This record gives sequence, structure tokens and C-alpha cells, in this order.
Amino acid sequence: MLIFVFRRAVLALLVCLTVLVVSFALTRLSGDLAASIAGPNATADDVAIIRKNYGLDRPLTQQFVDWAAAAASGDLGRSYLYHAPVSGLIRVRLPVTLTLGLSGLAIALVVAIPLGILAAMREGSAADRAIMLVALLGQAMPSFWLSLTLIIWFGLNLQWLPISGIESWQGYILPATVLAFSAIPALMRLTRAGMVDALSADYIRTARAKGLSRSKIVLKHALRNAAMPVVSIAAVQLGFMLGGSIVIETVFALPGIGYLAWESISKNDFPVVQAVVMILALLYIGLTLLADLMNAVLDPRLRAS
Amino acid sequence: MKLRHLATALGGVIVAFVLLVGIFAPLLAPHDPFAQDLMRRMVPPEWMEGGSTANWLGTDQLGRDYLSRLIYGARISMLIGILTVVTSGTIGITLGVLGGFFGGRVDDVVMFAITCRLSIPLILVALTVVALLGSSLTLVILTLGLLLWDRFAVVARTTTMQVRNLDYIAAARAAGASLAHILLREVLPNILSHLLVVATLEMALAILLEATLSFLGLGVPSPLPSWGLMIAEGKDYMFFSPWVIMVPGVTLFVLVMGINLLGDGLRDLLRAERV
Repeated sequence: MLIFVFRRAVLALLVCLTVLVVSFALTRLSGDLAASIAGPNATADDVAIIRKNYGLDRPLTQQFVDWAAAAASGDLGRSYLYHAPVSGLIRVRLPVTLTLGLSGLAIALVVAIPLGILAAMREGSAADRAIMLVALLGQAMPSFWLSLTLIIWFGLNLQWLPISGIESWQGYILPATVLAFSAIPALMRLTRAGMVDALSADYIRTARAKGLSRSKIVLKHALRNAAMPVVSIAAVQLGFMLGGSIVIETVFALPGIGYLAWESISKNDFPVVQAVVMILALLYIGLTLLADLMNAVLDPRLRAS
Repeated sequence: MKLRHLATALGGVIVAFVLLVGIFAPLLAPHDPFAQDLMRRMVPPEWMEGGSTANWLGTDQLGRDYLSRLIYGARISMLIGILTVVTSGTIGITLGVLGGFFGGRVDDVVMFAITCRLSIPLILVALTVVALLGSSLTLVILTLGLLLWDRFAVVARTTTMQVRNLDYIAAARAAGASLAHILLREVLPNILSHLLVVATLEMALAILLEATLSFLGLGVPSPLPSWGLMIAEGKDYMFFSPWVIMVPGVTLFVLVMGINLLGDGLRDLLRAERV
């Protein structure tokens, strides 16, 4: 088990390093950063001054090593736009994004798991078809458009919920619902597939032969086995959702790191962009590692490989 | 069983229809999609109060004919969908087949690449690249193509692993076939059907992502009539005239749903074949 954990951790670290190098190279190689910061009206001298002041005249590898060394000690550089440390900007905004992601995931699980179970218990029935159709529709829904539609319905026509900002907790309801929508189809399909498998397994037949009630079989025996992949996928899904929250935060004007990133991208504030890419990648890598370890704890067969 | 086939057929009809509309856009569009008419701005669709048959779906904030823009938008969506899948498919299938066929170290490298790709926040990186290099249709296609290969690689890898030890591969080897011949003529055709399913999924995703990037202002540049861009431009008027975001939104939704229905149908067909 220890060797397994160690190998996974080393792999995660390597992935992390590669992602950082790639994203760093991307922002530096795809154009003259100093020129984009200076803007279209700047003279060559302005650009040269900016290049020198921001340390962009050093060799790329040097820049990366300096940045990575500082980042490792918690210093993510200074924002060109806010003239403040990036780490402070992120510390204020990260809780918003995490709240959004976690509430989105909670909604998704509450909707997806019961529906998935229902579909599996009535495999092939009209109810099953209907549920899978909903999953298909959910997959095709552009989240930014769904956001705008909900804003018009609930915020404007019915005036039930706030349409932007987070002055009260109600501000999270619409964005979290939209975010949940993106995760529901995958989680639902997985719950259904897991339950269909579990319900046809031998131990279920034994349980049924023992005369256990249907609800007891489904909830105590089948669900326990079907839930395992769902739990681990939920962790991975949360990683995807945090990455996707950039769109939703922008539409609903939620002051999270996604909105911060979008603002920074359009204003060429690259230390911030770089930091947000890093945070999101780290969160994703951490969550997949967690999912792997959880699976290994739950299923000893996986540790052998 | 009938409902299934109906859904697949519906998906096929939707995709074929949008493809044809895209190809024949210049013949179908009643107006020039770029021509502005500032005297006729925000005219509602024909069936609403104040609408007229001159502009069936109304006009936008610059008085451009909405139907014509929608028709030309089909071109952009289909172009992005198809070209992105070609790019990402080439990368993903190459990596997946190599990893699955050779196994060992090669496979380790491929798996590592897939893991890294999945850890990169997709939308954020795409936005950054477009912001740095300036928005253009080509750049959006390239960026999405270079990012969306992971599922191709995963599926190509597992399916290649399943076929690599089968008799016909051994037979080809015994007959002295070259490695390239084995990979291209024996392995690839036998995993192609699975990759086709992935292609539909990725095409739907690429179209959605393009719309998302354009909506955020960092996709295809204005005045190109991308559906995502149309929603972004209509956003400021949506409280008074909700149809400006409903028309392109529903169109986008129907196309993506059509592609997904088609992909689902293909997958069921494959499953039925195997049994």
C-alpha cells in the first residue's frame, strides 16, 4: 500500500511539473509579453522599459526557475493590474470558487444518484429511457446559455433569485445549479451502469434468495458496490467543474478565481493567469490522486497493479 | 427498440441538415449576413408583435438579418467541429495506437501525456492562447484541436490493446507485413468504429467550446456570425428582447443534441454487433 501511495504521489508531482512548464511556455512563447502589456500605442522604448522592469529580458528557463522557486514558497508574484501580490488576490477569491464547485457537486449528486438508481432498477422501461434522455439533453446544453436563460426566468420574470454577485447565499443558487447540470449526465450514467452491473451480480441473487426486501437489497448491497466508481468520479468531476466555473463566474459576476482569470486574460495580467492555471491544475491533480487512493482503500485488488 | 432508431435517425437528420445549410449558406440566406441597416434594429421575429416577413427571425442590434447570420453561423460551427476533430483525432489516435500496440515504456509515456493533458484547465488555457495570439477562426480550430485529443487517445489505446494479440495481426506479421502496414491496415480499420463514436462526442464538445470562447469574447472575431458570439452580442438586450439569445441558443442546443443522438446510436449499434 505504501509503495502504491508513493508511486502515485511521484507521478502526480511529475504531472504537476509538466503542466506548469507547458503553461508557462505557452504564455511566454506565443508572443511578446512586454508588447502586449504595453498596449498598441506604446513606443519601442516603453516596451523595452517594461521588459526590463518585469524581468522579461532574462532567459526563459531562468524566468521559469525563478517563478517556480518563488511559487513554492507561496510568492506568486505581483499583479500588473491590481499592483498587489497575486497570492492575496487568490486567497480572497478561492473560497468563492470552492463554495460554488462544492455546492454544484452536491446538487449534482443529489439529483444524479437517485435518478441513476431508478433508471437501473427499471432498466429498459419508459422511465429509464426518459432519464437517459434528460442526461442527453443536459449534455447538449451550453452552460453560458443556460445561465442567461435562468437569469431571465428566475431573476427577471419571477424575481425569485439574485442574478449576479453573492451579497447573500441565494446568489449561489443559480450558478451552482448551472454547474451541477454539467456534471449530472456523467454521474447519472455511471450510477446507472454501476447499479445495472451490481444488480445482476451473484450476491444480489443470494440476498434475494434469503428473502431480503427489495429496498434493502438495492440500498444495502447493490448501492455500496455501485457507489465506489461514482465517489471517485465525483472527485475528478469536481476538478473539471472548478475549471469550468470560469464561464459561470463570468456570467453571474461571482468574484471567484475564474472571474479573476477571465479579467486578467483580457487585461494581459499574466502573473495572475499563470497562478490560476497552477491552482486549478493542482486542485485537479490533488483530486484525482485522492480518487485513486480512495479506490485503492476500497478495492484491495487495485493496489496490486 | 424503435424509439432508439428514431432518435438516431433524428440525430442524423439534424446533423445532415445543418451541414447542408452550412455548405449552401450563400444560396439559402435571404440577406447579406454582414449588411447593417441602422434604421431596422432589433426587429423581432415574424411571429412576434412588430415582426415582418422581411426578416423572418428579426434583426440584431446593428440591423443585420438574424436568419442570414444564423445560416452562416452553421458554417462556422460545422467547420470548427469537423476540423477540430480531424486535428485532435490525428494526434490522439496516433498516440493511443502507439501506446496500445507497443505497451511498456511507450505506453507509459502516452499515459503520462494523457494525464498531463487532463490536468490542464481547458477553457482557461484556450482563452489565454487566443488572447495572446489574437482571435481568428484558424487559431480557435488549432487550439481546440491541440487540446481535445485525450479521449481519442484513451479509446484508441484500449481498443488497440484488445486487437493487438488477435490472430489476424499475428497472421499479418507472419506474412512479413511491415509495421506501418500492420498499424494502418490491420489495427486502424478494426478500431475505427469505436473512434467514430469518440469523434461525435468531441465534435459536439468542440462546437460547444467554440461558442463558449466566442461568448467570452475570445473566440472567432466579430463580425463573423458565430452562434456563441451572437449570444454574447445579444446579451445586453436580452432583458427586453429575450429572443436575441433564444434563437442562436436553441439552434446551438439542437445541433449539439443531434450530434450526441447520432453518437449514442452508433454506440448502441456497435454494442449490438459485438453481442
